[in-house]
Amino acid sequence: MGLDIRLPIGLMFSTLGPILLVTGLVQHTEVNVMTGIAMGSFGGLMLAFGLRAQRRGGPSGPDPAP
Amino acid sequence: MSELQVDLQLVDWAVILVYFSFVLGIGFVLRKQIHSAEDFLLSGRSIPSWVTGLAFLSANLGALEVMGMAGNGYKYGLLTAHFYWLGAIPAMIFVGIFMMPFYYGSRARSVPEYLKLRFDEKTRGLNAISFAVLTILMSGINMYAMALVFKVMLGWSFTFSVVVAAAVVLGYTYLGGLTSSIYNEVLQFFLIVFGFAPLAILGVREAGGWSGIETRLAGTPGMTAIWSSVLHASDNPMGVEVFGLVMGLGFVLSFGYWCTDFLVVQRALASKDMLGAQRTPLIAALPKAFFPFLVIVPGLAAAALALKLPEGNYDYTLPLMLKRFYPSGMLGLGLAALLASFMSGMAGNVTAFNTVWTFDIYQAYVKKDASDRQLLTMGKLATFFGVVVSIGAAYVCRSFNSLMDYMQLLFGFFNAPIFATFLLGMFWKRTTGHGAFAGLSTGILAGVAHHLLKLSGRIRYPSDMAAAFYGAIISFSACLLVTILVSLVTRPRPEAELRGLVYSLTPRPVATGAWYLRPSTAAIVVLVVTILLNLRFF
Repeated sequence: MGLDIRLPIGLMFSTLGPILLVTGLVQHTEVNVMTGIAMGSFGGLMLAFGLRAQRRGGPSGPDPAP
Repeated sequence: MSELQVDLQLVDWAVILVYFSFVLGIGFVLRKQIHSAEDFLLSGRSIPSWVTGLAFLSANLGALEVMGMAGNGYKYGLLTAHFYWLGAIPAMIFVGIFMMPFYYGSRARSVPEYLKLRFDEKTRGLNAISFAVLTILMSGINMYAMALVFKVMLGWSFTFSVVVAAAVVLGYTYLGGLTSSIYNEVLQFFLIVFGFAPLAILGVREAGGWSGIETRLAGTPGMTAIWSSVLHASDNPMGVEVFGLVMGLGFVLSFGYWCTDFLVVQRALASKDMLGAQRTPLIAALPKAFFPFLVIVPGLAAAALALKLPEGNYDYTLPLMLKRFYPSGMLGLGLAALLASFMSGMAGNVTAFNTVWTFDIYQAYVKKDASDRQLLTMGKLATFFGVVVSIGAAYVCRSFNSLMDYMQLLFGFFNAPIFATFLLGMFWKRTTGHGAFAGLSTGILAGVAHHLLKLSGRIRYPSDMAAAFYGAIISFSACLLVTILVSLVTRPRPEAELRGLVYSLTPRPVATGAWYLRPSTAAIVVLVVTILLNLRFF
């Protein structure tokens, strides 16, 4: 299939992560900060894997570990 | 009701909008790849197995399940984990290792179509029609459950919730078909994890950690010990004992659902090869083993903290926890996760429905020589039709609240006997079409008869759950027995016709590649993890 699902997942979580992180820093709510960091890092990781696979040619890339 | 009302801030709306735009965006991007009915309804069998695996998991994780499991966590405690460790994992391993070779290998496009290949037209018809009707009704119930939460928490009108959520699901399933549904299910899976895991952590922390929960609930056996409390029905809040639990839930209901329900099997069929199809349920099983911590523990924590449920209604456990523990920001994420669970569940139902409708009803009975273009059009129409009927079912549920319980009962009648049909069909080549049809019909009727006897008070059980488990055992046994008897006196099909459909006449898939990539390795890992979890909470 022409779409690597890791790209939209990565994009979405790297958008949501910072939103929660900033909210948490402004409101001083720990749970927003922690979840924001976790989601942002996960999103970044997914994006990195997706982009690496795309550079290598195949849009679907090799199966990563679940 | 208003005690659950929350105020959404700008940031909560932003989170929900980001989620909506990605979900629809995926459908929009994928729409260009839909050229044939096969693309639309079967994803052209091209998806990597980690994707189908997570979709397998999240298609089953509807709003009804997420909210129901939190409620059960409050009511029955960790005992609810039996629905996962006993009532799902073994069956998921079985379908991956033993049944997928027939489903995927036979090139059947659906579970009813496998029944047609293995048995005959009437067995397929019975399964296709009952599946189509029940699936769409379940989708409606799921929608009703979701709209209820949005009403009590946000004050949204029932119609507004239903129409918005249905429109989004219709949007991405109509545009991108099964592929869009599967891709979104993976995205939704991660959102559900990030949205609910902090709730479990905060809840347990507030209750003083796991030892705090154990101390607080020490008075109720079974809340934190799942096996030592089921020797007698009177020892645990579910009112079940070990035989009914293991046979009824762990064997009949679990295998009946995970091994034969097209909603989940369809995800595995979208894999690009046999190995991928086998791996799909196994990849799903590992996160599934940890789901109790995600969906049950928030309810358990609520019970430990002795939080008062509005109207004493267990369905409000999850909304109550969200309101109590999440500040704005996380609240938006929690609600988006709830929406995600609803949408993945509904899209799963709708994409399974449109396939069975198109291939097993339309092509089988209405237009046998339909062209691919006509099938694609019918698939798209069925998607639309499925969503509209779901909305109707949601309204019916709102008018008759008890209908929801009846529906689950009805689902059980069809779900309980079916595994006997598959077990015999796949592993006993002598099984005939007449046998299968007679057995399945008798099994369904036996379940109904048992329920009527229970209603009239002629059979008594310690709890409704025990009644459901024993009803399932009776229905399964009736199907098994009648299928065997009728098969013995009717003529079996020649062996040549059964190649690829029956275990003894099908070459085993040869294990290739590194040992750690083999399905059997994954199966052993999942099994060991599950056993360890059971021992930890014995």
